[in-house]
Amino acid sequence: MKQIDFLNTPRIDQVGIEDRIARITSRSIKKESKMQGLYMALNMIDLTTLEGADTEEKVKQLCFKAHHLHDEIPGLPSTAAVCVYPNFVKTAVNELKGTNVKVAAVATAFPSGQSSAEIKLLDTKIAVDNGAHEVDMVISRGKFHSGEYNFVFDEIAMIKEACGKNVRLKVILETGELGTLDRVRLASDIAMHAGADFIKTSTGKIKPAATLPVTLVMLEAIRDYYYSTGIMIGMKPAGGISTSKLALQYLMMVKETLGGKWLTNEYFRFGASSLANDVLLQIAKQKSGIYQSNDYFSKA
Amino acid sequence: MKKKHTIDFSSTWDLAPAPESTSHFKLKEQYDLFINGQFLAPKSGKYFDTINPANEKVLAKVAEANEEDVDLAVKAARKAYTNVWSKLSGKERGKYIYRIARIIQERAREFAVVETLNGGKAIRESRDIDIPLAAAHFFYYAGWADKLDYAFPNRKPKALGVAGQIIPWNFPLLMAAWKIAPALAAGNTVVIKSSETTPLTLYLLAEVIQEAGLPAGVVNIVSGAGVTGSHIVNHPDVNKIAFTGSTAVGKIIMKAIAGTPKKSTMELGGKAANIIFEDAALDQAVEGIVNGIYFNQGHVCCAGSRLYVQESVFDVVVQKLKDRMQSLRVGDPLDKNTDIGAINSKKQLETINKYLKIGVEEGAEIYQPTCDLPEKGYWCRPTLFTKVSQSNRISQEEIFGPVLAIQTFRTVDEVIEKANNTPYGLSAGVWTDKGSKIFNMTSQMRAGVVWANTFNKFDPASPFGGYKESGFGREGGLHGLEPYLKFD
Repeated sequence: MKQIDFLNTPRIDQVGIEDRIARITSRSIKKESKMQGLYMALNMIDLTTLEGADTEEKVKQLCFKAHHLHDEIPGLPSTAAVCVYPNFVKTAVNELKGTNVKVAAVATAFPSGQSSAEIKLLDTKIAVDNGAHEVDMVISRGKFHSGEYNFVFDEIAMIKEACGKNVRLKVILETGELGTLDRVRLASDIAMHAGADFIKTSTGKIKPAATLPVTLVMLEAIRDYYYSTGIMIGMKPAGGISTSKLALQYLMMVKETLGGKWLTNEYFRFGASSLANDVLLQIAKQKSGIYQSNDYFSKA
Repeated sequence: MKKKHTIDFSSTWDLAPAPESTSHFKLKEQYDLFINGQFLAPKSGKYFDTINPANEKVLAKVAEANEEDVDLAVKAARKAYTNVWSKLSGKERGKYIYRIARIIQERAREFAVVETLNGGKAIRESRDIDIPLAAAHFFYYAGWADKLDYAFPNRKPKALGVAGQIIPWNFPLLMAAWKIAPALAAGNTVVIKSSETTPLTLYLLAEVIQEAGLPAGVVNIVSGAGVTGSHIVNHPDVNKIAFTGSTAVGKIIMKAIAGTPKKSTMELGGKAANIIFEDAALDQAVEGIVNGIYFNQGHVCCAGSRLYVQESVFDVVVQKLKDRMQSLRVGDPLDKNTDIGAINSKKQLETINKYLKIGVEEGAEIYQPTCDLPEKGYWCRPTLFTKVSQSNRISQEEIFGPVLAIQTFRTVDEVIEKANNTPYGLSAGVWTDKGSKIFNMTSQMRAGVVWANTFNKFDPASPFGGYKESGFGREGGLHGLEPYLKFD
């Protein structure tokens, strides 16, 4: 196999990226295509709670909401997954038994990633042993900035190995700490070649979190990886996506960059906590013609 | 052999139609000539139909100006120049031009829809580019009107008199703005002729000019085909000819005015080279190539119709281009999601199809994305040709349609030679991540405008014009004032 030289990773032109974003966001998504897009978005959400104050009860509530988004409207999809800390994985797995909602666990000393390899490995193992279907790891941004790309690569490969065959690995680049789009592209390439099943923008703990330009750069990296390997890598923008309009713009970007095959929760996710309710509000509005109060939708 | 992985752009999620509303205005059934501040029936007694190229339906009847009509227009312009316009201060002239700019902005939606109906261009472009940019040109030159003495220090600038202007069909209102705004700012009066396929927005502009209270005869608008244009060119009392259009017609005009004191500027055809180096940001370069050639169905004189790709990235660039072309939406120009509208006229579609045939016969490999085209109207899928030679006609002649001819290169010297090897020289584009390469390339491209890591960007403050057979004289910026002035 050809050696991958990450220093020759493609360059990104920020002005060009913004031009492309302007084209995508000016697409007019109305009527039935809006409705279809909203349903799709709901089904792609990783309903997330990642707080110090999380409790068993809160996680249980979240799990119930994941497959009972708004029972007043029949036929709504469930979310793709719930995303929790490793110590809540067991609870979530129990709660979601019999549903098609996956359990994703953040691991590897989330969100900073500042820990030893042993701890990160153990963190991952606990999540996997407790039944997590997906692991969301963070990369070592400090090492990345100091140019130790091999370290970053090896760490991802190590965690991938710990995940085994059946647990999908999402690699969080924490793009808000990477600085430039060139570096976002470089980190994406490293993550994919090291074994990521998904690449993910952010932990949600750092601002800016997901943005359209960063996501476009990552989608284009996924496309190039697919061109050369035929392997489909998933994409998960996370943090800061709280409105339906923005969610639809993300979906349009996926459609026009990677095509229809990526428009399922197998390959695209939103990491979000408040997006679901805005989408529900919009769906209710499309059905009834009027906007309802936020109070009609459960917060958790 | 390596397996090729391609992206499948089919999707069950499609966009619902999103047509721009046309209920906020009504076109007249008939448009008369705008001479001396009034709409006048033509002395010719003739009207011609103007159609919507997207469905071939007649939109309105438009007056055809003959020699007598043109003479009336020039006389009105001369009278307005002598009695009113040349006596006004720059500041007062500026006020009128500002007013035109503001009214265009107020009626922007109407202008955009009519431009799209009459010309076939996507509403996304007329709404976001043509109309705002036209208003911007009036705003920009309004600002110069009272500052001419500072613009040319120690030289006393003086207006020329009556400017005769002939504009093309690809950007009707915008080209009118490029011509009228500097002419008025410099103190000239104007007789302008629209193209025979897209006369409507110029008559909307006539309404704006009336509303702005511009003194009668300062701007006169006529319509008709080439013959009408020749009456303007040959009129003895016209001081300057400003022409935008084909090189062939430009040559005819230059012959006609040879030996007369008429000043002239010509903005003619082009066959721009877009050059991608292996170190370019490829995805963004591809986007720029697409904008460079498929913008306005390729009906752009500065379109990047020749693409030179460094050999090492040829395969990947072509694959990315083809993939991007699949997500371009061809169809109803009034739909807000349409990327590529209708070809402007039947005649132009025939020209484009002729070149598609020539390209195939020359042995080039044609690619067009699969997409449905409407039954009525004039349509052409975005097209690219690979396996093209420098000597092929599709890489030498201006097609003025959505057709891209791709060649490869290995060295910088080779690509400079190939890029400059054309009778034209209007624009060029360079795509590389390396700054020094950009400066090396831009200084050696024989083209009036060279874009680096972008393409088809326009601004009223930036001069635009050609080398070689792409014409002479500049429009836009400070340079754009000079052709409308003489100096003591």
